Amino acid sequence: MKPFLVFVVLAFSAHTQADTIIVQSTTSTQNSGLYDYLLPILKKDTGIQANIVAVGTGQAINNARRCDGDLLLVHARSAEETFVADGYGEYRRDLMYNDFVIVGPKADPANVAGARDVTDALQRIRQAGAKFASRGDDSGTHKKERSLWQEAAIDPVAGSGQWYLETGSGMGATLNTGVGLGAYVLTDRATWMSFANKQDSTILFEGAPPLFNQYGVIPVSAAKCPNVNREAAETFARWLLSETGQAAIAAYQVDGKQLFFPNANDRLNSSIELK
Amino acid sequence: MDAVTEAFRLIIALDADLFEILWLSIRVSVIALAISAVISLPLGTWLAITEFPGRKFCILLLNALMGMPPVVVGLMVYLLLSRSGPLGWLGLLYTPTAMIIAQVVLITPIIAALSNQVIENLHQEYSDTFYSMGVTGRRAVVAYLVDARYALTTCILAGFGRAIAEVGAVIIVGGNIDHLTRVMTTAIALETSKGNLSLALSLGTVLLALSLLVNSLVIGVREYAAKRQYA
Repeated sequence: MKPFLVFVVLAFSAHTQADTIIVQSTTSTQNSGLYDYLLPILKKDTGIQANIVAVGTGQAINNARRCDGDLLLVHARSAEETFVADGYGEYRRDLMYNDFVIVGPKADPANVAGARDVTDALQRIRQAGAKFASRGDDSGTHKKERSLWQEAAIDPVAGSGQWYLETGSGMGATLNTGVGLGAYVLTDRATWMSFANKQDSTILFEGAPPLFNQYGVIPVSAAKCPNVNREAAETFARWLLSETGQAAIAAYQVDGKQLFFPNANDRLNSSIELK
Repeated sequence: MDAVTEAFRLIIALDADLFEILWLSIRVSVIALAISAVISLPLGTWLAITEFPGRKFCILLLNALMGMPPVVVGLMVYLLLSRSGPLGWLGLLYTPTAMIIAQVVLITPIIAALSNQVIENLHQEYSDTFYSMGVTGRRAVVAYLVDARYALTTCILAGFGRAIAEVGAVIIVGGNIDHLTRVMTTAIALETSKGNLSLALSLGTVLLALSLLVNSLVIGVREYAAKRQYA
């Protein structure tokens, strides 16, 4: 029995290689196909094999707090800054951005398409008694959505289960639910564009400044997590932030459209020194 | 029907990614099944033929554990294997080994409880004979297992079915990492979340076909062996 177990362990541990890292990531970067495009280029340039664990931003950050990742790639700025301030991250750098959009049925019962701003759009949904499907999973998108409701002075949780539907699932699962029920959903544009089950739903509101969606990259702290692969994580982070990595992100397209906009080298961001 | 056509197309096209995922599904579940069978069959048998205080409770517990949600098993194994957990130093989280461990935990109670029932029925019939022949302890366990081997294949297939079909445990401890820990069920979950519902359904059809194949093989071998034995 014992030699057999040892064999199993040896046969399957792919972990110990020096050039392999685990990236705790948000789902949009995986679901949109960005990693499928980036990782082969990364491997060619640096020799690093990046294993992506794509979960919601909240779960990714919590997993990284348990040291179960070498690099964090998520989109919830204040939670990321807390993560670094608590000593779990070496530093945080802006990586790229895109934006959130509100999708819903083409018939648009709440006339969200005619809204002046995001606050107005959410108030219209509430007043029309229309359904809204929420992630409800403490992900980056969910955090953003909650802050938008707050700005609109609406407490959606009071209507939870009636018009406000918290799926507690990933972006894709929530979109499946929203599309199925003809509900409104806040989603990142990348996931929506590469989502294949749109049916009767479409983008109804977009382009407002509060819908800006910033992605950040954080190497997990070697001081907090001694068995982290600090060196390879740093190489990966530097590659993402370099001209090459940034150009690769910009070059990725779905249906002829760019999904992510690199901004690591914007004036404000690049003034943060790399360690 | 489209899903079935698409499933055939995927298989016939010998899609390399599909076969990698399918092969990992098989490897993980078969190894988990082998480890689990070595533990659970003797355990179930021993519980069926041995009298001791608390035996009824043990059997009750095994039966209850059959209903253990995979996601809870995944969570327990995750916390155990996490780098900040007690076994973190092994570096097993997000590897196929972690998935095997989770599946062993998941299916051992199932095979043990089902085989316990099978042997218990047999025991009512055989206990006097075995007692008079002086067959006890380990020898009795082996004798019962050999004698009930055909009935026990169903227990083992039930365990295999649970292992190959579950997604909750392996997605937590494996992480659904492409080319490393992505199996059929987690690939189906991923494609569903991408809205590729027809592809997801086709993958489901392939998984079903695999299950059908494995079951046919086992039943076929069982029939063949039984026929030879009584011929």
